[in-house]
Parts: sequence; C-alpha cells; structure tokens
Amino acid sequence: MTAEAGLAALWLAAALAGLQLLLAGLAVKRGEATLLGAVRPVAIVQGIMALIAMGALIAVFCASDMSVALVAENSHSAKPMLYKFAGAWGNHEGSMLLWVTILGLAGGAVALFERRLDERTLIATLGGQAAIALGFYAFLLFASNPFGRADPAPPDGAGLNPLLQDPGLAFHPPTLYIGYVGLSVAFSFAIGALVTRDVGPAFARAMRPWVLGAWIFLTLGITAGSYWAYYELGWGGWWFWDPVENASLMPWLAATALLHSVTVLATRDGLRAWTVMLAVVAFSMSMIGTFLVRSGILTSVHAFAVDPERGAFILALLAIYIGGALALFALRVGTVRAGNTFEFLSREGGLVINNLLLSVILGLVLIGTFYPIVAAAMGTQLSVGPPFFDGTAGPIALVLVAVMAAGPLLRWRRDDMQAVLERLMLPIAATLFAGAGVFVLSSKPVGALSLAGLALAAGLAVASVAPLWKRDLRRAPLFLYGMVVAHLGIAVTLAGMAASTTWTEERLVAARVGEPVQVGPFSVTFEGVNPVLGANWSALEARLAVQRGEDGATFYLRPQSRFFANPVTNTSESAIATTLDGQLYTVLGQPDNAGRWQLRLWWKPWVTLIWLGGAMVAIGGALSMLGHILRERRATRRAMEAAWA
Amino acid sequence: MRRAALLALLLCAAPAAADSGLPPAALAYTQLPDAAQEAKAKALMETVRCVVCQGQSIADSDADMAGDMRAMIRQRIAAGETPAQIRKWLIARYGDYITYDPPLSAVTLPLWLAPLVLLGLGAWIARASFRRRRRTNE
Repeated sequence: MTAEAGLAALWLAAALAGLQLLLAGLAVKRGEATLLGAVRPVAIVQGIMALIAMGALIAVFCASDMSVALVAENSHSAKPMLYKFAGAWGNHEGSMLLWVTILGLAGGAVALFERRLDERTLIATLGGQAAIALGFYAFLLFASNPFGRADPAPPDGAGLNPLLQDPGLAFHPPTLYIGYVGLSVAFSFAIGALVTRDVGPAFARAMRPWVLGAWIFLTLGITAGSYWAYYELGWGGWWFWDPVENASLMPWLAATALLHSVTVLATRDGLRAWTVMLAVVAFSMSMIGTFLVRSGILTSVHAFAVDPERGAFILALLAIYIGGALALFALRVGTVRAGNTFEFLSREGGLVINNLLLSVILGLVLIGTFYPIVAAAMGTQLSVGPPFFDGTAGPIALVLVAVMAAGPLLRWRRDDMQAVLERLMLPIAATLFAGAGVFVLSSKPVGALSLAGLALAAGLAVASVAPLWKRDLRRAPLFLYGMVVAHLGIAVTLAGMAASTTWTEERLVAARVGEPVQVGPFSVTFEGVNPVLGANWSALEARLAVQRGEDGATFYLRPQSRFFANPVTNTSESAIATTLDGQLYTVLGQPDNAGRWQLRLWWKPWVTLIWLGGAMVAIGGALSMLGHILRERRATRRAMEAAWA
Repeated sequence: MRRAALLALLLCAAPAAADSGLPPAALAYTQLPDAAQEAKAKALMETVRCVVCQGQSIADSDADMAGDMRAMIRQRIAAGETPAQIRKWLIARYGDYITYDPPLSAVTLPLWLAPLVLLGLGAWIARASFRRRRRTNE
C-alpha cells in the first residue's frame, strides 16, 4: 500500500513538472500576470509530491517490506535500523529518487524564496527546473521504478553491501546530491537568463547563493567521502583518482570556477558569457557525475549502484540536456552584451587566471577519466591513473595555489606591479623559508611536488590572512572572513596531502603475540585475537597495545576482520588512533600456519589536515554565504525604508 | 575489458585451484628488508592495476591476485630488476591495461598532449579577451 502511494506521488510529481514546464513556457511567451503567478505554487507542490514519494520508499525500507522488489534486492530484516533507513538510497533506483526529490525541493525553494530577480527570468528558471525534473521522472517511471513489487515476495532480502553499512552512507550520498542539484538550479538560472536575455549582476546575485550552497555541499561530500574511503577500504589511501571520485571532483572544480566568475559578474559586471557557460558546464559535470558512473561504463571501487542496461536512457538524457543547453547558449550568446573591461594585473585578471587554470584541471580530469573508453573504441585497452593525474593536474594545481595567494591582494580594476610585489613580500618569504626548511630538515627525501606543495601551503596560509591585516576585525565583512577561512583551508589541506605523502611510514608484518613492532614513533605489540559479535556480523578482533616513544601511556587499538552473512562478505575494519600530529592506522589481515597474523600498520603524519582543511573550506563557504545574504537583506531593508520616507 | 578479465581469470585459476586454505605468499603482506628496495617496489605497485578488482591498484587491494603480484614485484626488485624492466614485463604479459601510467604510443599521444593543448587553448582565449578589452578601453 505504501509502495503504491509512493508510486502515485511520483506520477503526480511528474505530471506537475509537465504542467510547470507548460505554464512557464506560456507565461514567458505571453507575459500574462495570471500565468506567471501560477508557476510558483505548482513548483512547490511538485517538490512536496517528490518528498512524499521518497518518504514512502524510506518507509518500505524501514518496515523491511520484502514484497517490494527493491527492498528484497538491497535490504535484509536483520540489518540495523540506520542502514535500513539509509539503505533506501544505497541502490540505483533509490539514489535516483533521492536525486529527483532534492531537485523538486530545490525548485520549490526557488519558487518560495527568490524575490529579487526579474519575474519573467525567474519563471523561465522554474521552467528549466521542470524540464530537468521531467527527464528524471521519466527515467524513474519508465526505466527504474523503485516501487515495483516482487511476486512472490521472498522470505527475506539479499542484504546491503557491507562496505556501505557505515554511518557514512546516511550522510555522504545526500550531501553530494544536494551539491549536484544546487548546480542544476544555477543551470536553470542561466537558462532563464538566456531565454529572457537578462544576463547581468542581478542574475549573478540571484544565482550566487545556489552556487555557493552547492559548492559547500560538494566540498563536504568529497571531504567526507575521502575520509570514509580512507578508513573503510583498509589500505590508508585517501584519493585514488578513481572514476567515481573524479566524477565528484569535476563538478566541484566547475563550481569553484563558477563561484569566482559569478563574483566578478555580481560586483564588476564582467565575464557575462563565460559565467553562463560555466553554469552549463558545472551542471553537465554533475549529470555526468551522477549518471555515467551509474551506467557502469567505467569500473570503480566506489560504484555500488550500477546498472549498465539503463546506459542508453542515461546517455540520451545527457545528450538532450547538455546538447539543448549548449544549443541555446550558441543561439543566445550573441545577445549577451560584452561585460565591463579590465586590466591584466587586477583582481578580475587574477580571477580570470583562476578560472583558466581550474578549467584546464577540469579538462584534464575529464579527459583522463574518459580516455580509456576512447582508447577502447580504437581497440586498445588501457588504464589512466595516479601517474597521469598527479603529473599533469598536480603542477597546474600548484600554480593555481600561487595565483590564489596573490589574487585577494590585488585591487579591482587595475593594480601596480611594484605595489603588488610589496604586498606579496611576506607570503613569498614564507614560501621560500618553508621550502628551504623542509628540504634541509626532512628525515626522508621529499618529492618535487610535495616540496613545492609544502612551501606553497605556507605561503598561501600567510597570504590568505593578509586581507585582514590592519583592518578593524569587528567591522570586516563576514564574506571576507569566509574567503580567508576557505583559502586557509586549502593551504591546510595541501599541507596535509604533501606531508602525509612524504613522511608516511608503512609496516607490513606477520606478527607474533608479544613481539613489538616499530612504526614511526609508535611501538605496537600484538596481544592476540578475540571473537566478537555485532548486530549482523561476527568478527575476529585483534588487541594491539600501542605506546608512543619510550615512556608514553599505553593504549589499545582493536582492528577487526568482519564476516557478514547477508550477503556473504569479509571486510577489514581498520582501527585508527588520532593524535595532534597525525594518525596511526592499523589493519588486521589473515593468520598463517605458524600462529602469526598479518598486521598492516601506518603512521601518517599530519594526514588529518587533509579533511580538517576540507571542513574549513566548507565553513568558509558558509560564512561567505551568510555574509552575502545579510548584506542583501540590509540593502533591501534600506531600500524599503527609503521608499517609505 | 572482456579480454583483460579473461586473462585475469586464467591467471587466477591455476593458483586458486592449488592454494585453497594455504597462506598467501609471504611477500604479498610483508615488506622487503631493504628500505630503498621496498620504496621502489611500493612506488611501482601503486601504478599497477589489479585486474580482478574494480579500479584499484595492487597496492590497495585485498584480492589474492593483487597479493600474488605484490609478492612477484618484491621478488623481482630484490633480485635486482629495475621497476622499468618489471613494468615492461607486465605490459608484455597483460597488455597496457595493467599499468596506470599509460605508455606513450600513437593511441595515448593525445592524452599526454592534453595538458599543453588545454593550457595553450585557455591562454589563447584569456589573452584574446584581455587584448580586446584593452583596445576598447583606449
């Protein structure tokens, strides 16, 4: 019953999306007030209907209703409640429904809250949202029905992949999807502005919160996903240049570029056509992120909801939206007037270089990710991995970091080389000093990329707080703090990446009970293995006594080798000790015939900075968003007071 | 893809039939005593694809075949082979699919030229726009 109600709500939502598109089209064409007024309520109700459908799916998962095929295929009654709940989107159909639900809700939110933009442009935007939603509803209803019944219903379900049975599942996919969908709103704004030929600062200001919001969630999603993979996969890696990771990185790169170009458009009325183009690219990247990975064309360690049979449908959707948007862009780009002009050495110039380098990195990740498919079409099977991405995108990213350090210290419009160099003295000194220090003092040889990374991280850290120098800290605007924190976060992440890459110590041993093993500053003693029992798993748990240095306090780590019955899988659960200066990462492997157990031990100095920096970037984004919203609100209030007086 | 999987299957079939229950090769899960050699082996392992896995290197995989290949690489490094020689041998045996560092060839030339092409293209777009702007300014 619940399943049928969910399906009905989904059909209703689809019908409303159709209506929304029709109404918006007519309204924009004729400009009648009654038509314009009808679009907003429809968008809101459409969002509610999608939410009801998602709620119904979660309900059948929580109730373990095995007569619903999707539940039977992906869930099990013995699973903890959290994973029944989150399991609703741990599969193809459910994750698509989650996507379209967030899309519907975002459209509803635009309809409800956006008041500043020209009404016709806004209605065209809602039409764009409806067009996107319609394709997704069609995909769900015709090719991926989440509510189909299994007849006869099996006695119990097949279970959820144990790698996904982690609190990360409740958090990670929705976060990324909110980011992707936020970019769809930016895309719709761009379409709306192209349709009504209204590309300008007002459009940029309306779009900016959505871009910022999407970017914050993408940052959080990628950061959290990286940490999840790090502790769950059991080999201590935090980034693999895997297709699924790249698929989330590409929208982030595009969103980062868009975020900066939209600022130029909002404050200086420049980069008009480029910003619209980036909005189209950013959403295209999130479509690719969601779909191409789901289609199973690329193999990935993180792909848990793959269905190759639907590939054709997916490719058709991609072609329609991206092709349609590009065609509209090509038709209308001539009507977008050239924006304001600026010198090379200026804040705008710095932001153009930022956009250029981000776009080049994006292009490299895109080409590297899809090249195996291209090569396969030419009859060669090949793999593109870390050596390509590190070697090509790495150096460009470091140049970008240098530009990033200088950018906020440049003046808008035009600047003077001499003055710029004076302002950059301290960051440059910090860069050279840190580089030389690391080079001389390091206990291990430092690779060129890591050395440059550590040096530039120091320079960027100094440069990113420089905009607050000699300012009244209480009167500095909130969005300035946002930028400072976000840029500082990048410096922190970069330092963490370079430091952990350089100074990680690895010990792979066959351990005997009582024999201490040295890894980094720690002495790890294996004290034996015990069986333990969880909610839906059993495990062998090692007891490791850990001591730091000669006279540190002893503490225990308990890595597990887990066995799940539904479906039958072994996983290794790492045990990690976090200290101020890094992490000790331990994994239990197999026993051998002589009573020894494999242990994998890593000391990863400063590795936590990677995710700490990611969190700082997201917090910086949130501060910036809050700052812009507060300022807009103050401006509106002032305008209203002026009107009253 | 299919060919690579088939190869992997064939390669796995022989040891898998023999070793059920036996401990994995010692060097699959232990390091070489010489730190410099181990560093070389590890760097190579990180760029060798585990062909039975879903896009992992053999350095990050629990699969038996990845373990066998780690042991093989450590043995060869210990015996004095260079990483380049071992990679060459791996490519000769399994094809280009095995290495995450695609060797330069007619097929991979566009890939390796991509950074230069993209940078050039980007710089051209940016430069043209700056120049046009300067002219309209004057």
